[in-house]
Parts: sequence; structure tokens; C-alpha cells
Amino acid sequence: MAVAIHINEVKKIYENNEVIRNLSAHIMPGELFTLLGPSGCGKTTLLRMIAGFNSVEHGTIAFDDQVINNIPVYKRNFGMVFQNYAIFPNMTVYRNIEYGLKNKKLDKAEVARRVNEIMETVQITQYKDRYPDKLSGGQQQRVALARAIVVQPQVLLMDEPLSNLDAKLRIEMREAIREVQKKIGITTVYVTHDQEEALAISDRIAVMNRGDIQQIETPERIYSRPYNTFVADFIGHSNRFEGTVLGQGNGVTRIRMQTGLELEVGGVKPLSAGTSLLVYVRPEEFIFTDEAHGMKAQVLVKRFLGKYIHYVVDCGTGTHVEVTADTSSAERIHEPGETIFLGVNTRRVNLFDATTENTLLEGVESHV
Amino acid sequence: MFKKGVRFDFWSFISLLSLIFFGLFLVIPVVRMLVFSLQSEEAIFTWDNFVRFFSRKYYTRALWNSVKVVSCATILVMLIGVPLAYITTTFKIRGNRLINILVIISMLSPPFLGAYSWILMLGRNGEITRILNSIGIGVPSIYGFGGILLVFVLKLFPYIYMYTKGALKKVDASLGEAAESLGYHGIRKVVKVSLPLVLPTILAGATIVFLRAFADYGTPRLIGEGFSTLPVIVYQEWVSETGANAYFASAVAMIMIIIAALVFLLQKWITSRKNYTMSMLNPIRPKQLKGAANVLAHFYVYLIAVLATLPQIYIILISFRNTKGVMWDEGYGFSSYITVFTKSIKSILNTFEFGIIAICVVVVLGTLFAYVTVRKKNLFSKILDVFIMFPYVIPGTIFGLLLLMTYNQPPLVLSGTAAIIIISYVIRRMPYTVRSSAAILRQISPSIDEASASLGYGSMQTFFNVTMPVMVPGIISGAILSWITILNELSSTLMLYTGRTQTMTVTIFQEISRGGYGTAAALSTILTVTMVTSLMIFFKITKSEDIDL
Repeated sequence: MAVAIHINEVKKIYENNEVIRNLSAHIMPGELFTLLGPSGCGKTTLLRMIAGFNSVEHGTIAFDDQVINNIPVYKRNFGMVFQNYAIFPNMTVYRNIEYGLKNKKLDKAEVARRVNEIMETVQITQYKDRYPDKLSGGQQQRVALARAIVVQPQVLLMDEPLSNLDAKLRIEMREAIREVQKKIGITTVYVTHDQEEALAISDRIAVMNRGDIQQIETPERIYSRPYNTFVADFIGHSNRFEGTVLGQGNGVTRIRMQTGLELEVGGVKPLSAGTSLLVYVRPEEFIFTDEAHGMKAQVLVKRFLGKYIHYVVDCGTGTHVEVTADTSSAERIHEPGETIFLGVNTRRVNLFDATTENTLLEGVESHV
Repeated sequence: MFKKGVRFDFWSFISLLSLIFFGLFLVIPVVRMLVFSLQSEEAIFTWDNFVRFFSRKYYTRALWNSVKVVSCATILVMLIGVPLAYITTTFKIRGNRLINILVIISMLSPPFLGAYSWILMLGRNGEITRILNSIGIGVPSIYGFGGILLVFVLKLFPYIYMYTKGALKKVDASLGEAAESLGYHGIRKVVKVSLPLVLPTILAGATIVFLRAFADYGTPRLIGEGFSTLPVIVYQEWVSETGANAYFASAVAMIMIIIAALVFLLQKWITSRKNYTMSMLNPIRPKQLKGAANVLAHFYVYLIAVLATLPQIYIILISFRNTKGVMWDEGYGFSSYITVFTKSIKSILNTFEFGIIAICVVVVLGTLFAYVTVRKKNLFSKILDVFIMFPYVIPGTIFGLLLLMTYNQPPLVLSGTAAIIIISYVIRRMPYTVRSSAAILRQISPSIDEASASLGYGSMQTFFNVTMPVMVPGIISGAILSWITILNELSSTLMLYTGRTQTMTVTIFQEISRGGYGTAAALSTILTVTMVTSLMIFFKITKSEDIDL
């Protein structure tokens, strides 16, 4: 039932402006695949190309081995959930959901059975006779989801479906979508600009920037092993340091950071001594230590946030460095003005080429 | 223009259809008239017609007459309509809703009926004239410049009133309050704050008034008496028994179209430079005036409303007067109606037959064309947009002439048929429906169309299942205007009718010309009743008490 989606060297040009640049991606059957990126990165354009609302002039898009470039929208057999839900205002909830099935030459009982079943699944049975203007945002969202999946499409496309909901509802609906998607096992392409949402919901994420995919990976890997500095900066927060290679040997690479701290990092590609690189350290990857093992830093700001403590410190690099400490494991809380010494968890840091800004770690690929 | 992957779907078909439709009935006729205007009996290409026009005092005077009376009317209409709109939106006026409906009705009835009614009241043999004369008061002549102006002003001020009122309703009340907090009171507040904000809208209304007055044939024809204006000239040149001159008539028509187009473009240009977007939170709430101001405000509003409706009421009144032949007789009864229903039943039936066919075509095509212009953003839809609005600048008489000149010879002979009248109605009255349908469509997210497509429906099914039902309120409020103005259409029908295809307005016009005032009044009353009934049904359906221009 579930299909794979193959996007091969697709391009989209609007008025001499390449909004999608030679992009390829392979989405596996049944997975929830997220297109994540800042606004204007081309994620919605790509989604609409899969749907057929935007034409594909260069490259191909295929469901399994069927190229769909020239198949009109209404024959593509996908369901879509729109950012503004796009519930038909002239139909009740029931009619909205039934709409796609009426087109399928099913007998009436079967249509009714399927509509009722899906209304149960997304928990909107009680609103079935209401018109959309009498529904809350979350309820409309559920109707939109039900309407899209009741026709048992090959592919489900979702365009920022949660961006119009408030924070609490967003989390609730995120779970609901995830649950329904897994239950019916439908190949899903999900567009969002919200990294937290992407991390929580996806099987795999494609991080996009300027019309191209920077990296396709699982949420865990994309966070811990970003392929380039764009991904590292876009997902979560990273502190950027310059560094120099001192030498390689015994499976480790010795690096001196600009702050003077020396690190030994494993799994690095072959590099010659003297090469300059970038060391990316996330706030939670610092280790509070002593003068002998750490670099000197002065606390500028302290914010106690309950579960953890957030510091802004100055390591003498000219930029503010963000550091977090778990409240449960912190020995003490440091006050502004205090001098502290910070080490780095070398198993977690990421190294990037100083010019290409791509990863220098072995085994981290942009596309897998 | 066509890229790879562009499919020939329903909308391509509609686009093609609109191209053929406007090509046949707008572009070809206009081009043909343009060519005609540059020809004469003797020459293939000549400026003679234009030279003749500008060198003869008879014609330049008509041009000057047109410009003079239309400009004066436009200015007066603003001076009357804007205060009326301001007073009725900012202050509490008793019977406000009734007045609004009266003003709408007087706006929607054809101008020449006003002319006719004023002649009956204030003309040489007019009722009021006689009464006043009998007590020794002289009445200035109603004929000529003054009469045309009177009719134009009282028929057209409702446009300014409606436009201004619509705009004032969108001005946030807090803007006025802010002005007051900064020390602007009363008139100064109005002039400094409210007026500039609604000025673009007033200007748009004034343009409509200008174009309508400029195009009006019936009024100057009936009440002008020698004060001839351009539409009258075109008509005369075309039907003149002493050698009709299609070439010269075309040249005059082209001059009219050019003037109208210039006015239209000037307004567009000014408005595009001065357009404000406002955030609307609190609408203006009408305030209760006190003392003399209250009395004055009421007096003003009532006076205007009475003057505007007086011609209509008078016509209804005299339609029940007994007649002997074309002369009035003593007493009241239904004799005029009996005459109408025995002699003119055909023109009543024609009006409804043509009207209903035309309005159906207008609604179907207008809705589809609105979709193309709003949803399909390309060069073609921009051209279509211009085509749809073009009838605004073509006076009815000239539009009739355009169709007649093009389709009175093979390959396509339409002259004398009902079809040519219906086509004229469709093109001339479609803009209301398109504009209103387009306005509502702009508020509907395109994603509902996409949702329907994603559920397996093609573009035509999607349109009829989803888009059109959602557009219905906009379609209806445009269609009501199209419908009423179709019923009232005179100027192009006058060019296109034959004995068999005569409509009510044509019959009324003929009866007036012949002095058959009783039957004219009875027919006018039937027309008015139809119009008012249509409006009431519209108000009932939409649960509103207003129309959107």
C-alpha cells in the first residue's frame, strides 16, 4: 500500500530565480518525512510540486516507479492537509470528509462506514453535523486530517498543519497526527519551519536552505551530527569556535581551540597538521572543570530556568558563549562576574571545514 | 507563453471561450468602428470625419454642451451626495433605513423616466407649472441645460451617496476621536481627517457619475430641446433620414469613447497614488444631534429623499389617471393599464424574456470570468479584466451602434434579432456581477480549490462543487445590480430593437415621444414595481438592507 517517493534532480525556476536547485531525495514507504527550513527555503514549493499544484519542468518526481510529472493533480491520489485547513465552508464536517469518497464509486454503506470510522479515529464524531465556522482550530485540523486520509491515498502531504494553533494544542495535535500516521502507515511528507516540531514528529528530516537539501537524517542524528554549519545553527543552538589541527594519530585528532583549550576528538577524516577548522559546541556539551582541564570563562548572565541553568559567558573570543548546566548535576550555581573553567565533551562536539563549513567527521553524510 | 506541462483543462476552455466572446462582440466591433471613423464614402483612410467634427460649430457645441452639463452635474452631485452620506452615517436620523431604500430605488430607475416626470410636473404644460402660473408665479423653463442638470443630479447623487457611505463605514471611529484629541472639532475634523480618507472612493463614484451622465441619451433627448449632447448627435447621425452617415457617426462615437476612457484612466491614476489601507476595529456609531442642528440635518436628508423619489411617485400617481386617447381625462382608474396590457404586452414579455436569458448568461459567464481574472494570474487574465471593464467607458447608444454596424451583414447577421439585444445586455451589465464575484473570491483561500483537486476532482467539478457555492453571496449581490440595470436598459436597445424585439423601456420612450403619457406612466410603474420587488427579494434573501456598488 505505502509507496516510496523519489525526487530526482528537480529544479524550479521563477523569473530567473532558482527556488529549487537540482534537488534529490528518496522518501521511504510509510515514513514521516519532514521538510524543515527557514521561510523561503523552498520547502512548500517542493511539497506543492509533489502535489501537482506547481509544475515540474526539470527532473522527475515518482511514486514508486511511476513518474507523476505529467499526471494532473486530481489523478495523483494523495491527501493534503493545508496550513489554513481549507475545510469547505459550504459543507458540514460529515460532508467534508465524505467529499473525496463520493468520487470513488463506492456503495453508500461503505462510504458511511469509512467516514464514521475516520471520525472516530480523529475524535470528531460529535461534531459531524456542524459547519466549519462553528469549529475550533483544533477541530478543523482534525477534520482536515480525516478528509485527507479517508480516501486512503498513497501519500499524505502536510503543509505547516500546526502553525495556526496555540502552543498547547500544537503538541496535542502533533501527537494525534503521529499516531494516526503510524496506525495507517501512510507515506507522509510534512513541511514545517518549527525545528522542535520536526524533531518530535519525524522519522527523517530533510533540512532545506535556499532551494536545496542540506542534510537528510533521523532527528537524533541531525541534532547530534549535523552535516554542515547551517544545519548545526538551524537545529538547536551551537557555539562556534575557531581551531587548528595539531596532529593525528592513534585514531584521534588533536585540536587546539582559539581559546587555548586542546581537544582530542575521535572519528575525524584525515587532516594535516596546521589545518584550520571550526569547532561547534552545543550549550549542554560543556563540562564544568578546573583550571588545569578547562578554558577560562567569565560569567556574564545567569538565568535559572528550573530544570537547568543557563549562562552566557565570555571566553575571550569576542562573542557570547551559551552554556547550560543540569540543575540536578550542577555542583553549584555560578553568579555573574565569577570566573569559571570549561571543558568540552569531545565525543559530542562537531568539527567543520573552515572554508566549506561541511563536517570533518567520518560517517556523517548529507544524504543517506 | 505555453510551457511544457500546461494542460488544456476546463479553465483553458473558459479562457478560450471568453476570448471568442469578447473578441466577437467587443474587440472586432470596436476595431471596426475605429476603421470606419477613419473612412468616408470616398476615401479608405482620411481624417475628414474628425476635421468635420471639430470644424463645425454644431458639433463642437454639442461636445461643449456634454462636457459642461456633465461636469456641472458631477460637481453638484458631490456637493449633495457627500454631506448626505456623512450625515446619515455619523448622526441618528429617523427613518434612516427607509431613506436608504428610497435612495437606492431612485438610483436604479432609468434617468429618462426622471426627465419625463419632471416635464410632466414642471414642463410647459406641467401640473405644477399650471398651478403656479394660475396664482401668478412664473416658472423658469425646465428644458435645456437646467432640466438636464436637474435630472442628472437627482438621478446620480445616490451613486456618490452609496460610495461615500460605504467608505465611511470602513473608517475607524477612533481616527475621528484621535483627531478630536489633537484639537480638531466639527467641520475641521471632517475636512482634515474623514474627507481625505474617503476621497479616493468619492472620486471613483464621481467617475461613475461622469460616465453615466456623459453616456445618457434619453435625458437630453427628452428634456434637452435643442441643447444637444454627444449621444444625441451619434444617434441622429446614424438614423438621420437625410443620409445616414455611419462613418461620421463612428468618428463621434470614437471621440466619446476616448473622452470616457481618459476620465476613467485619470481616476485610476489618481486613486492608485492615493490609497489608504486602514485597520478597522470600531465602526462609526451614529450620534444623536440636538436642537437646531438636529432639525437641519433631518430637513436636509428628507428634502433630498423627497426630491429624489418625487418623479417616481408622480409617475405612479398619474398612471392611474384616466385617459382619452393620449389625452388626460377626469378621474382615476386602470384605463392606462388596460391599454398597456392589450397593446404593449409584447414589450413587457420581451423585457422579461431577454432579461432572464441575459441575467442567466451574465451569472454563469460572470462567475467563471471572475474566477479566471482572480485565480489565473497571467497576461491573458489581465486582458480579460480590461475587456470586462471596458463597457464602463462605452456609452450604451454607441455600444448598440457597434454591434449593429458589425453584425448587419454576412457572415453573421444578428441585426433585428433578440440575440443581439441579449448580447448587448450581457456585455454591458456583466461588470457588476464580475466585480462582486471577484471581490468575494479574493477573500476565499485558493487552498479549498486545491483541497478538492487533491481529493480527485477535476477543475470543473471543483468549481461547481466547492468554489461557486462559496461565492454565492457575492454573485447574488452583483447579479441584482445586473438584473435591475438590464430591465432598465434603454440606450443600446434603442439602437438594436425592431418591432418584434421592442422592450418596455423602448415602448415607454416611444410613448413619451408620441405624447402617450398615460401608457408610459403605466409601463414605468410596472417597471418600478418589478425593480422594487426584485430588490425586496434580494434584501430578504441576503438579510441585508443595502447593496454594494
